[in-house]
Amino acid sequence: MTREQVRKAILDIISDIAPDEDLGTIKDDENLRDQFDLDSMDFLDIVMELRKRFNLEVPEKDYQELVSMASCVKYLFPRLKDTELVR
Amino acid sequence: MNYDALIIGSGLSGLAAGIRLALFDKKVLIVEKHVEVGGLNSFYTRKHRTFDVGLHAMTNYTPKGVRHSPLGKLLKQLRFRHDEFRLCQQEISEIRFPGKALKFSNEFALFEQEVAEQFPSQIDGFRILLTHIREFNELDLSDNKRIPSRQVLESCLTDPVLIDMLYCPLKYYGNAAEGDMDFYQFVIMFKSIFMEGFAKPVGGMPYILKLLVDKYQSLGGELRMGAGVEAIEHSDGVLRRVHLENGEMLVADKVISSAGYVETLRLCRPKVVEEADVAIGRMSFMESLFVLDRMPKAVGYDRSIVFYSTEPRFRYRVPEGLTDVTSGVLCCPNNFQYPEPASEGMIRLTNQANFSLWDALTRSDYRAAKKEYRDRGVNALLTYFPDFRDHVIYIDSFTPKTIFKYTGHLNGAVYGSPTKTKSGRTPIKNLFICGTDQGFLGIIGATLSGISMANLHILQEDAKSEYGRI
Repeated sequence: MTREQVRKAILDIISDIAPDEDLGTIKDDENLRDQFDLDSMDFLDIVMELRKRFNLEVPEKDYQELVSMASCVKYLFPRLKDTELVR
Repeated sequence: MNYDALIIGSGLSGLAAGIRLALFDKKVLIVEKHVEVGGLNSFYTRKHRTFDVGLHAMTNYTPKGVRHSPLGKLLKQLRFRHDEFRLCQQEISEIRFPGKALKFSNEFALFEQEVAEQFPSQIDGFRILLTHIREFNELDLSDNKRIPSRQVLESCLTDPVLIDMLYCPLKYYGNAAEGDMDFYQFVIMFKSIFMEGFAKPVGGMPYILKLLVDKYQSLGGELRMGAGVEAIEHSDGVLRRVHLENGEMLVADKVISSAGYVETLRLCRPKVVEEADVAIGRMSFMESLFVLDRMPKAVGYDRSIVFYSTEPRFRYRVPEGLTDVTSGVLCCPNNFQYPEPASEGMIRLTNQANFSLWDALTRSDYRAAKKEYRDRGVNALLTYFPDFRDHVIYIDSFTPKTIFKYTGHLNGAVYGSPTKTKSGRTPIKNLFICGTDQGFLGIIGATLSGISMANLHILQEDAKSEYGRI
């Protein structure tokens, strides 16, 4: 997957979890949970979706890496670059 | 066949737990002993009419776009859009006590204004109470901070009638305990009824249940009806296998039961000693349904829901007689903002009732008693409302005994045990509970209970255990 595909994959997950949010206004360097009103239940779902869609385990100690879109891409790209984007 | 999870009961909490697990590709089976889904919130059919059970209205109404309310969270977690629930808001509801009436709607300002007008000496104290309510974190699942609500109310309000008028709807919708309720429970109910509000789905319980079952099954969840559990086998404090009444044996890594805490422990083999000590819920109700030949408004019933007491002090406890008609809930299902009016008018009347006394009646005494107490219930209602009986074309009543028969919940308890097991844990490892005994009540509450328990004990546990695997 390219960086852009990783970014899109994360956007797809967030749009499934928060279908009423306008993702077009996302600011990549800002905290995701603030921009989209995501709480801990949503965060659990993001982690679960990453595992389900990409067979990727995110250990609890790495949750802090997923704080913004930019940091998500930075964390996930090396781990997903050999994965194909099927969806 | 090995399942990741087995869920006992296809009521709202069981179905919600099932959807959460199926969403993340867990192999899950829901077993239901009845032939219909829904449990305490179900439906039945008589003479081509379908009647909801357990639903007057859904509480916790918040509009589309509100994401952090209980309804908003539930929709997100189950991946439903707000409009899929087809919720139609109430018109105006009311609390009626001798000489006092407080209207409320889905706009909280109306209720505050009513309190100011009806109880001018109390309004300042009421606003202080509102501050306490807004500041309280009622969703904290930890077990500390059990403050009796009466203590908080009496510190803000001095009029016992206002206090009882506040309690009346909150207890009916609902309190598991007889007498007082914990403040956290008061806050949950106050927000869900007054600050959020009432709505009914077009199509009632059959529609909502179909929505949940369809989603669950389309995600790969399995559902088996007429499949009651005979025994939950355990050894060394750990879940082993589950035996169905039909002789079949099931193996699952985890079991979440919505049958009730004591009801679940009673299924365990060998017998679990703890069950003798746990309190079983006792609050149950008798409900009568009157189908009318015209709309309720045409017979002078223009409110959505009325919580009433014919006496100045409101009592909420298992009555000494079969049914206590001095207070109750009157529901006019038609008085909601439906896009199309229903084909028939209906009035529903609910009173507190005593399971043991109803259960002890012989078959013919039972039938006669239903009629007698229904009539007494209507007569009490006529303290405040006009007589509608000339316009009734169909009647039915059900009692705590009916509720027990169809749901298996002991005492026909509608709101579960007064002592909630907030963690959902049982003495047996990998056996958990959800539903009214876990803590959240009503349609929205029970659904959230199923979601929370599936998240906490299965989804999060799996996420953590993967980390441990290097």
